[in-house]
Amino acid sequence: MGRLLGIAIWLITILSVWMFVSGRWWFPPAITAHGPAYDRQFLITIIVVGISFAAAQIGLGWVVWKYRDSGDKQRATYSHGNNRLEVIWTVVTAIIFITLGIMGQRVWASLNLTKVPAGAYTVEVVAQQFSWNFHYPGKDGVFGRTDPNLIDDSSLNFVGLDDTDPNAKDDSVVATLAVPANRPVELVLNSKDVTHSFFVPQLRFKQDLVPGMKIHVHFTALKPGKYELACAELCGMNHFKMKAYMLVLPQNEFDELVAMPQEKFQARQGELLNKYQLPTY
Amino acid sequence: MAEATHTEVHRHPAPTGFIRKYIFSIDHKVIGIQYIMLALSAVAVGMIMSVLMRVNLSWPGTHIKILETLFPQGAPGGVMTPEFYLSLVTMHGTIMVFFVLTTAPQGGFGNYFLPIQIGADDMAFPTLNMLSFWVTFVGFIVILLAIFAEGNATIGGWFSKLGDSFAGGSGTVGPIGGWTGYPPLSALGKIAGPGQGAGVNLWVISIAIFCVGSLLGALNFITTLLNMRTRGMTLMRMPLTCWAWFTTAILALLSFPVLLGGGILLLLDRIAGTSFFIPGGLYVSGSLVPLHNGGSPLLWQHLFWFFGHPEVYIAILPGMGATSHILSTFARKPVFGYRAMVFAIFAIGMLGFFVWGHHMFMSGMSPYSAVAFSVLTLSIGVPSAIKTFNWIGTLWGARIRFTTPMLFSIGFVSLFVAGGITGLVLGQSSLDFFFHDTYFVTAHFHLVMGVASIFGMFAATYFWFPKMFGRMMNEGIGKIHFWITFLGVYAIFVPFHAMGLLGMPRRYAQFTEYEFLKNSHSLVLFVTVAAIITVVAQVLFYFNFFWSIFKGAPAGENPWEATTLEWGIPSPPPHDNFAGIMPTVYHGPYEFSVPGAPNDFIMQTDGENIVADHGGGNGGNGHKH
Repeated sequence: MGRLLGIAIWLITILSVWMFVSGRWWFPPAITAHGPAYDRQFLITIIVVGISFAAAQIGLGWVVWKYRDSGDKQRATYSHGNNRLEVIWTVVTAIIFITLGIMGQRVWASLNLTKVPAGAYTVEVVAQQFSWNFHYPGKDGVFGRTDPNLIDDSSLNFVGLDDTDPNAKDDSVVATLAVPANRPVELVLNSKDVTHSFFVPQLRFKQDLVPGMKIHVHFTALKPGKYELACAELCGMNHFKMKAYMLVLPQNEFDELVAMPQEKFQARQGELLNKYQLPTY
Repeated sequence: MAEATHTEVHRHPAPTGFIRKYIFSIDHKVIGIQYIMLALSAVAVGMIMSVLMRVNLSWPGTHIKILETLFPQGAPGGVMTPEFYLSLVTMHGTIMVFFVLTTAPQGGFGNYFLPIQIGADDMAFPTLNMLSFWVTFVGFIVILLAIFAEGNATIGGWFSKLGDSFAGGSGTVGPIGGWTGYPPLSALGKIAGPGQGAGVNLWVISIAIFCVGSLLGALNFITTLLNMRTRGMTLMRMPLTCWAWFTTAILALLSFPVLLGGGILLLLDRIAGTSFFIPGGLYVSGSLVPLHNGGSPLLWQHLFWFFGHPEVYIAILPGMGATSHILSTFARKPVFGYRAMVFAIFAIGMLGFFVWGHHMFMSGMSPYSAVAFSVLTLSIGVPSAIKTFNWIGTLWGARIRFTTPMLFSIGFVSLFVAGGITGLVLGQSSLDFFFHDTYFVTAHFHLVMGVASIFGMFAATYFWFPKMFGRMMNEGIGKIHFWITFLGVYAIFVPFHAMGLLGMPRRYAQFTEYEFLKNSHSLVLFVTVAAIITVVAQVLFYFNFFWSIFKGAPAGENPWEATTLEWGIPSPPPHDNFAGIMPTVYHGPYEFSVPGAPNDFIMQTDGENIVADHGGGNGGNGHKH
């Protein structure tokens, strides 16, 4: 039984490691400025994880294989442990794990502990059960006033835009997110009902949208294209299809789009959604 | 325990009536078995739910006749709706975490064996002990009611007589907010969609009741361990199981009150119009939510995870204790680094209170606090690594006897490593940008707090069954059960990591809506098949358990040649454990293969000079670390 168990543990180890190194199941390629740093940190971490995992499992498999009771009435080694080994092992793992933890703050700090870069383009995102609204300030670059009391889904005022505010005249509220390529983007995230989460796998980015809070986040997308935006926080029965598209557009295409009034904006987004293809998976 | 010094203690007489003996018993052994039976019932419900979930994910549109009969609205024509799926997610999580992983390891085995292992005749407060079980039992009934209040229009109708906020019968099988029940979704009531009526109220009430039961239990465990150890049972002579139960009780004492408070506030938001978690200006299902203002959804998350993270350790520490204990017994070797193991248990327990924020990196809380939570989280890996190292050290140079409990203990170590190690990924705030709320998380916690803990409990069951029932479980069936389960759980949960790498979000009723998930089909199907096989194999365990109670081979006092106090008394133990003669302890708990000793094990109650008397050298006189 000992040999069998040892072999089983080794086989499980090999198959588990294979699943990661085969490359068959991996992230979709990153398209953000912080993407390479993210992928590098993950790679370093998963290598440390893989080595620790394999070492522990191979060790376990080995002792199970080797130290089975062969029925010859011999006694086991009498030992209560080894303090020196214990201290060495503890110090080594502490150094590795805590170093990893500190390294793991870099991408976080670059996005969440820094101010929004100058020249960022701002979009307000308002999530609701089970759709997304993206509020653009229009040509004047100033968001019109919004008020929850003015929200009325039946007349398509999804974010409660105040029509009497002059700044609101040129605003657009659309169902597809468009952002410029190679320019920092600031999203102001809010939800009008329950908690949702903004997740685009290629962005290597995720952030909850919490009712009652306006959460400011920023990133820089690099590669033009069409991507899927998923809700990643349980929000009710149709959570699994709370989907929108994100268009990353070259600067000129983007500038042209966001200067359009609401109806043209939507029509143009429709064209762009056809023009760009989803990545092949 | 032949030549132990005997001490007469006060004895309370054994009850005679059936009800006092088996139902409202104050005997910790009966209560322990009651907790185990509760967990065995709850885990069956939880497993059936997981199979239904897998069927829905792999074969959407499957007709299941019985669902149509039981839940005509939630599964019209026997086909599960998305909300029905989410209610399964919620109920599976709640039942497994509370009524399985918190009851069996602590209330079950802890209750039965902690007093015996420290040489006490019962818990410090036997009546309180009885209450803690029955309170927990009521909690279980209420969670089952939540299923039918939501799932069945008739039963839901009864609850709506309690007022509008109790109207149920939405056709789901319970609430659909996940076991974490994040508000505002969980706080708004029916307006937020199906599965938000009576079911959620009952769900919160059930959890609140459960908190009370666990608190009573925790007080009892701590008092018993500190006050009722027998002569010679110093803290450092206690089995590691006792250290694990003790630490778990401290965690429960400090964390359940916070959840209780949170649960009461959530209930008030739902039925009394308060706004602890509901901010103003919400617009839900086509209308503005009136009367609520100033609440914070994040407050719930902080309260919930302040409990929720220690809860992970409440589930697994007893499994660690049992594993250490069983590994040593069947390795025929002392535990490697006993003192380090004790410190590691405590370190894990205490650090566990400072890391709850790692569940909330993406929640909108201060990104600066995330840095602190993240680094502290990675440091929890250190005591966990100490434990792993010491388990392998215990097996080094051993003479391993591959009994079923030993196989499950070795399985525990393997699964604990496999599940725990990915904490190094998820504990990094940066990496959560992608992995938060994906199947990578589901993989991590199922392996480490789910199946590793369950393996600890399987090991404990096979190990202590002879003591509890006086009969052995069948080894052949036990081994088949081990092999299918061990390979099965790896086959289920390792592919979850691959799904996580693809970005697959948790709690999705279908994966059909997204192109980026289309490569996951074969993985999803593979997992479903593995899950069904693994769940079906558990029938072997149930059969073995109940068949052996009546038909198992007689066990005798000490079938495993083990050292601790429970193995020096009859199987099953008499009413007050030591028949009024309290044992005296002379040795540490893991004196195996001591050179010069007459046997390869020295029981804790064996005479002080057993090695010298036998003509051996030193080494048996307690142990020095």
